[in-house]
Amino acid sequence: MNFVIPAFAPAIPEMALLALISFILVADTFWSKRYQFATYYATQISLVVVGYLILSSFATTQIITFDGSFVRDSFADILKLFTIAISMGIFLFSREYLVQHKFFSGEYFVLGLFGVLGMFVMISAHNMITMYLGLEIMSLAMIAMIALRRDCAHAVEAALKYFILGALATGMLLYGFSMIYGATGSITFPEMAEIIASGQADSVVLSFGVVFVVIGLAFKLGAVPFHMWVPDVYHGAPTAVTLYIGTAPKIAGFAMLYRLLAEGMPGLIEDWQSLIIMISILSMVIGSIVAIAQDNLKRLLAYSGIGHIGFLLLGVIAATPEGYSASMFYVIIYAITSVAGFGMIVTLSRTGKEFDLISDFKGLNVRNPWLAVMMLIILFSMAGIPPFVGFWAKIVVIEEVVKAGFTWLAVLAVIMAVISAFYYLKVVKAMYFDKPEDDSPLEPVSPSLTWAVSFTAILLVVLGLLPSSLIDLCYHSLKAL
Amino acid sequence: MLTSFPILSTLIWLPILGGLLVLFAGRNNDTAAKWLSLITVGLTFILSIPLWIGFDNSTASMQFVEHIAWIPMFNINYHLGVDGLSMPLVLLTTFTQVLVVASAWDVIKDRVEQYMGAFLIMGGIMVGVFVALDSILFYVFWEALLIPMFIVIGKWGGPRRVYATLKFFLYTFLGSVFMLVSFLYMYYQSGSFSILDFQGMHLGMTAQILIFLAFLAAFAVKIPMFPVHTWLPDAHVEAPTAGSVVLAAIMLKMGGYGFVRFSLPITPDASMTLDWLVIALSLIAIVYIGIVALAQNDMKKLVAYSSISHMGFVTLGMFLVYDIVQSTGSMQGAQLGMEGAMVQMISHGFISGAMFLAIGVLYDRMHTREISAYSGVVNKMPWFVLFAVIFSMANVGLPGTSGFVGEFMVILSAFKANLWYGTLAALTLVIGAAYTLWMVKRVFFGPVTNENVEKLQDLNKREFAIMATLAIAIIALGVFPSPLMEVMHTSVEQLLVQATTSKL
Repeated sequence: MNFVIPAFAPAIPEMALLALISFILVADTFWSKRYQFATYYATQISLVVVGYLILSSFATTQIITFDGSFVRDSFADILKLFTIAISMGIFLFSREYLVQHKFFSGEYFVLGLFGVLGMFVMISAHNMITMYLGLEIMSLAMIAMIALRRDCAHAVEAALKYFILGALATGMLLYGFSMIYGATGSITFPEMAEIIASGQADSVVLSFGVVFVVIGLAFKLGAVPFHMWVPDVYHGAPTAVTLYIGTAPKIAGFAMLYRLLAEGMPGLIEDWQSLIIMISILSMVIGSIVAIAQDNLKRLLAYSGIGHIGFLLLGVIAATPEGYSASMFYVIIYAITSVAGFGMIVTLSRTGKEFDLISDFKGLNVRNPWLAVMMLIILFSMAGIPPFVGFWAKIVVIEEVVKAGFTWLAVLAVIMAVISAFYYLKVVKAMYFDKPEDDSPLEPVSPSLTWAVSFTAILLVVLGLLPSSLIDLCYHSLKAL
Repeated sequence: MLTSFPILSTLIWLPILGGLLVLFAGRNNDTAAKWLSLITVGLTFILSIPLWIGFDNSTASMQFVEHIAWIPMFNINYHLGVDGLSMPLVLLTTFTQVLVVASAWDVIKDRVEQYMGAFLIMGGIMVGVFVALDSILFYVFWEALLIPMFIVIGKWGGPRRVYATLKFFLYTFLGSVFMLVSFLYMYYQSGSFSILDFQGMHLGMTAQILIFLAFLAAFAVKIPMFPVHTWLPDAHVEAPTAGSVVLAAIMLKMGGYGFVRFSLPITPDASMTLDWLVIALSLIAIVYIGIVALAQNDMKKLVAYSSISHMGFVTLGMFLVYDIVQSTGSMQGAQLGMEGAMVQMISHGFISGAMFLAIGVLYDRMHTREISAYSGVVNKMPWFVLFAVIFSMANVGLPGTSGFVGEFMVILSAFKANLWYGTLAALTLVIGAAYTLWMVKRVFFGPVTNENVEKLQDLNKREFAIMATLAIAIIALGVFPSPLMEVMHTSVEQLLVQATTSKL
């Protein structure tokens, strides 16, 4: 047996990130309380450094290394860059929140970075083992983050729920992996695809494998009927953590979906397409209808997120490069919009007062007209009303569904979009039409939060008016493969 | 050279940017907000006049065209242009905007900058709807309009405003999403989102019928046609005066415009097959809704129902085309009906705007719209009643006012198509007169029985100017409609050719 040293270059961003995290982890314990923000700054700087490393070696062709377990392509690089950008936004919002709610600690940032590392590994996974590894790095970091406030019963309950249900889903996923490995004798995605296409593998075993893999995926994405954890976890976790788990992991989840279904088993489309159609429909329906009854904004956004996952899956149903690109565009837009949405809750909450009930938003237009406009933009973007970018996200996925011949599904999707508009309007109504319970002006605890949330919201407008470059980016990244 | 200046873009973006400026600059400074708004709408109106002057009546092709690639990946373009069908509507929009700002001058006291800003932004978006030649661009404007309107009705409206505005938003949103799916389907078939390409593309019968129904859902809600009209009385009654004016004068026209820009040229065969449906709904609107108007106690509601009834003429005139061509074998009668429908749209824009402004004048003084609260207003407000009666007569369709021209043309062509259609449509002359004049009698004439009426002041200079402008417009269009018809003539001819050429 001869050992070949693999090419390390493609994985330099991941390795650099790991080195930086390890440094911060150690340094954080030594930085005295006086320099506690040093961890925060170090975190942001590390992300910038890793982003620079990715940009400077941007992949134009597909590079596979580590014996076929790791891939670097433009698809991965673009998703990683967005993951970095979104994580930086998350950390920016979180710092103020953690200080306000008196549990600022370096662990949040270190765990957050570990999560990012996990997402990177998922995005670049080229076989099932790497995928599993990335998923676990990310999930474990997230569980610890949810339970960061160990004195808060809600948070611990949420963490436990996420842990147990997550373990179950991971079990399913692994079970599916093992079946597919059993049938094909391979764990690397393209090899799997080849063997499946050649028809040598046992189709019954494969079908079972696909079902379990799809269940695992649906759970991780929070799609119906495996969505039960989403509202509870979003609600129970501290808002800074909700902001984290509700945004960046969705990008990694989409990458996982793409790598497994599109690269690993395109030959089994007949098996998974109908499953995804059902999951997509159920997610859109449950997400739109159940959200109506919510009076907590975090829960509302959780259900709205379930609905958004349903829309995202529409592009996957088409199962063409354009379809995946449309979903990719959707997930990026969804992540940005969610950062803005949860960021608004963070922006407005203060010591001892979470600003997460819809009734808290009553009369926001009187108390702080600027932030009311920003929230208006965020909500209408989520609802998919032009000229905000959420509209383009919806239109590209629906276009792909129509192209794939599922016009009825497109009609169903737009009806669900109308239903979901209702609960976004409910929040707008509270902000603009209702009398505030307390007339006093409402200023965020820190002006930097106003800047951050305004920047994100205005980004939604700018992307809405000029969406072309981002759409092109998504479409070219997958065409190049 | 006029054509090289991007005049249509200016008409869209000037009010939108002006509106944003008002939102920022007008905070805590109402006077600045008002003047800034007036300057913006005034400038926009003046800039829209070259459209009329530079317009070439002899061609049906698009004029003042602007074309910039927007999203090349999907072949979506920023493509603007006007023809004889849309140009008058653009002018109507810019003209109405001036009245809207003027009408709110002393009336709105709460958050003036947001009110004015919302209306300015709406003005730009409405122009965008009429001039967009790319279906997605059209849809963007079409939907974007809902946002400021939602805020305006919900914030400055009457007591049940929240209910009304939610209903308005969801109804129109539901209607238009089906249109979006049709656009996507046609893009998939033709590889282009251009409305002009859609008009030229081949479509099978099943597809045409489904697309026609999707369009009908979008446009029928906007017009609104029976039985999806129920949002309109609610929205009208609860909206502030200017909101009602914009709704009635312009937003309802978008539905009618949609029929001539989309339904008839893109799905001619389905329009022909299903014309009975639209005709039936139009006749129901004209007769039944007219009778409903008779029973109203609220002036705004009465005018709202009368709007639905009058918009019935628009849809009737448009879809009579097929019956006329079939029964007479010539395009002449069809041309009459279609032009009647278009004239009716413009005329109704003036008349309904004028009626709502007149009611607004009374409401500002008495804070009630109940007919029974008034009596003998003429004794205290003679000038006001002079104008109000002119507007009411126009609403009835008295010869010499703009209301007569369109209705007469449509009724005439209805008789050409089918005796029964004509008879039913002509009933409006009776019903319309009944509900309008009965209201005039109860509100304006009779003895003064109410001490609040006793205290009424006649029009101030601002109100007088608004009313006089509208009265002049209504009478001018009634006596001398030919300039308007000349503008439309060639485009209507082309539309009729498109609408009667089979695509199968």
